Amino acid sequence: MPTVTITVNGQQESREVEGRTLLVQFLREHLNLTGTHVGCDTSQCGACVVHLNGKSVKSCTLLAVQAEGGEVTTIEGLASGSQLHPMQEAFREHHGLQCGFCTPGMVMSAVDLLQKKANPSEQEIREWLEGNICRCTGYHNIVNAIQHAAQQGSGA
Amino acid sequence: MPDGSVGQAVKRREDQRFLTGKGRYVDDLHRQGELAAVFVRSTHAHATVRNVDKSAAMQSPGVVAIFVGSDMEEDSIGSLPCGWTVTDRHGEPHKSPPHFPLIRDKVRYVGDHVAVVLAETLEQARDAAELVEVDYEELPANVSPAAAMGAPLLHEEAPDNLCYDWVLGEEEAINEAFSKAHHVTKVDLVNNRLIPNAMEPRAAIAEYDSGTEDYTLWSTSQNPHVLRLILSAFVTGIPETKLRIIAPDVGGGFGSKIYCYAEETVCLWACKRVGRPVRWTGDRSEAFLADAHGRDHVTHVELAMDEKGEFLGLKVDTTANMGAYLSNFASCVPTYLYATLLAGQYRTPVVYCNVKAVFTNTAPVDAYRGAGRPEATYVLERTIEVAARELGVDPAELRKRNFIQPDQFPYQTPVALTYDIGDYEASLNKAMSMIDHAGFAARKAEAKARGKLRGIGFSAYIEACGIAPSSVVGSLGAGVGLWESAQVRFNATGTVSVLTGSHAHGQGHETTFSQVVADTLGVPIENVEIVHGDTGQVPMGMGTYGSRSLAVGGSAIMRACGKVIDKGKKIAAHLLEASVEDIEFKDGNFTVAGTDKTKSMAEIAFTAYVPHNYPEDLEPGLDETAFYDPLNFTYPAGTHICEVEIDPETGVTEIVDWVAVDDFGKVINPMIVEGQVHGGIAQGMGQALLEHGVYDESGQLLTGSYMDYCMPRADDLPFFRVGLTETACTHNPLGVKGCGEAGAIAAPPAIINAVTDALGVLHMDMPATPEKVWRLAQQAAAAE
Repeated sequence: MPTVTITVNGQQESREVEGRTLLVQFLREHLNLTGTHVGCDTSQCGACVVHLNGKSVKSCTLLAVQAEGGEVTTIEGLASGSQLHPMQEAFREHHGLQCGFCTPGMVMSAVDLLQKKANPSEQEIREWLEGNICRCTGYHNIVNAIQHAAQQGSGA
Repeated sequence: MPDGSVGQAVKRREDQRFLTGKGRYVDDLHRQGELAAVFVRSTHAHATVRNVDKSAAMQSPGVVAIFVGSDMEEDSIGSLPCGWTVTDRHGEPHKSPPHFPLIRDKVRYVGDHVAVVLAETLEQARDAAELVEVDYEELPANVSPAAAMGAPLLHEEAPDNLCYDWVLGEEEAINEAFSKAHHVTKVDLVNNRLIPNAMEPRAAIAEYDSGTEDYTLWSTSQNPHVLRLILSAFVTGIPETKLRIIAPDVGGGFGSKIYCYAEETVCLWACKRVGRPVRWTGDRSEAFLADAHGRDHVTHVELAMDEKGEFLGLKVDTTANMGAYLSNFASCVPTYLYATLLAGQYRTPVVYCNVKAVFTNTAPVDAYRGAGRPEATYVLERTIEVAARELGVDPAELRKRNFIQPDQFPYQTPVALTYDIGDYEASLNKAMSMIDHAGFAARKAEAKARGKLRGIGFSAYIEACGIAPSSVVGSLGAGVGLWESAQVRFNATGTVSVLTGSHAHGQGHETTFSQVVADTLGVPIENVEIVHGDTGQVPMGMGTYGSRSLAVGGSAIMRACGKVIDKGKKIAAHLLEASVEDIEFKDGNFTVAGTDKTKSMAEIAFTAYVPHNYPEDLEPGLDETAFYDPLNFTYPAGTHICEVEIDPETGVTEIVDWVAVDDFGKVINPMIVEGQVHGGIAQGMGQALLEHGVYDESGQLLTGSYMDYCMPRADDLPFFRVGLTETACTHNPLGVKGCGEAGAIAAPPAIINAVTDALGVLHMDMPATPEKVWRLAQQAAAAE
């Protein structure tokens, strides 16, 4: 079995894994970082979004070995200690979550959007979120939260 | 009251853990020595299983056991029951054929449970499941409810595939009403099959302790106590005292996680059989195949009106698809949660409804967000819209002409319900004002200049929530009581533990219930802890569905708080040397009336646990339990109006504006309430424009993934504008009605009314996909 070494939330982690192990399985099962979720099996729901080398990726669609040597940030690594990341804070402030299952992927995806574009339009936010499905919120307060994070200029 | 937080948009207390990846869902948990379960599912919609050959699979690495139905039969594991017996028009109970967790003879839908493979790892279990050889003898299948009664038989117990043929109303009375009609509007419509798709797939972990004979089942359940009751009383025989069910953080339910499913039942049984914990997490494909689906009605409706457009009678003929087996509450959805809502907000004096429930080779159908009430609202609001167009009357005017008036409450409908209170015209008027109804013609003209077809659609809905008075549902065939329980326990240090039988899976109970308790007991909200989802902690409960948590669960909490205050008064009277009658409780303080002699709630709680100076005849402790059985349903109601624009070149429908004006009675947390409305509308919009669970003729599910089943995405939806009106519920202590299902109930007819308005057609079936809309737009253009 191959050994993979990935820096996750700033900490280097090496594990022996089956070749078919997905990045999300590596995070959830080998590192017990269960904040990253699996909501589908066709790479569409986005509950599994993490950052790999600074960009959002669906961790259900990458093998762990493909992330070899990379840097991964998960939802657990987004806050600075007890200080929530501004995007987390915006979701909380604007009720951008209900059951919480899609939330980690939504937040990680939204952070990457603002990295790419500091002030996206409503339509750009909605289109960016095509790859993240939420069944609870009707997206209203998610879009609202991202808009507010963008306005504050700190959501990335 | 420290904050007076009731009515305020208090930020959610549960968000911290969800936002930081610290939510704990079933699949996040692990037990020492656990095995992974993978189900071998039927690939045929209807077949006799002649043999299951496990030999190759048993040789596969890591496999510990493979079980089939006869293994469960050996241990006397029973059938998954239907908890609500509907009595048909001939006085006979409905047909409820056996529904075994692992099939014993035949498979009856694609995804049915043939065998379970237990292995050391999930990958090993999956690999081995591929090697289980099932010898099927295929039988002809049927997926169509309309054709079900002439189709090949699914169950010997149900001739003609008929579960029941049920009637509400008098045939003679409806015929007489129709004989006086000036105009009769007739509509044939389909309420499309939906697949719920809570984002967290179902999951279960079962563990058995041979030392104590205790079982623990972690399940993605909306109602752990109900699940325990079903598993204990009907399926496994495990005493309730030996079965603990934990439903931790649950990622959405929408009805689909009410039920006792085959998978968790198999895990619970197998964990003892193999002597190791057993875990199963469904993948999305399994959710599509085997979660209980929703809706799937075919209906013919006729509305009789007099020359003034006043409704004389409504006649509804519905065939409801039950799927292959009766799920736990499937039978009551198209009857007592559907026909009883057919009066809507209107004074229709006579309503007659016939429902035939049929079995087909499809996944079981049960309650999904709204459950029966969206189907009723769609029937009514669609039909009234068609009637308005046929009569050339403004659709708002036709509704107003027939609304039950505020001075008519309590209002006895012809379909068994008694509405306690409402003001339907107030909601309609506010919605019309918010959307600038008067300006619609100009907006339509402006859209036309841009080549777009603009339409407006109304939906004036009512729902029966707060499910439900036990005596009423009992007389209608329910096998359970539908009370709720709560325990409010002060700790010696003044903090409060509130144990509720309601279960939150996105609704924010930890916040809303805390607001209620903090205000009622006069303690800081951060001193209140809400405990739910664990039969080992919460004494009793009936769970969350039918928008009942606050109206029933919250009322139970209020009642327990009342008992705490009553006992507190006795302690305060002793400490303050006054009589109990003279003690007043307000804002967290017990005061001798007319004096400044006072004791705080915290002092009273401390005294109750350190009773050095204490009434002789009073038990120590400040810990009260209450049950609340509602006196009536609650009746949230309102009007939603949407405007759509259709591009006739592409058939794409864009929702350009949405106003929702709902009367939920008193509102505890407007932020959470609005969020519930948004989510409900999105699901209703999904039904109207995007979602459709489709089987092909052979019974294969064509919409078995997010590639084919179109879930609403962020760019399918606008911002919603939410308004409220308020008539407080008259019969519960909070004056609340429930808000969880309203959007899903109101939205579908609003959209279809708008789309058909834009296209200039009387009716089209959901979902209004671009292809269907494009064809109608082209026909309309050709006709011009």
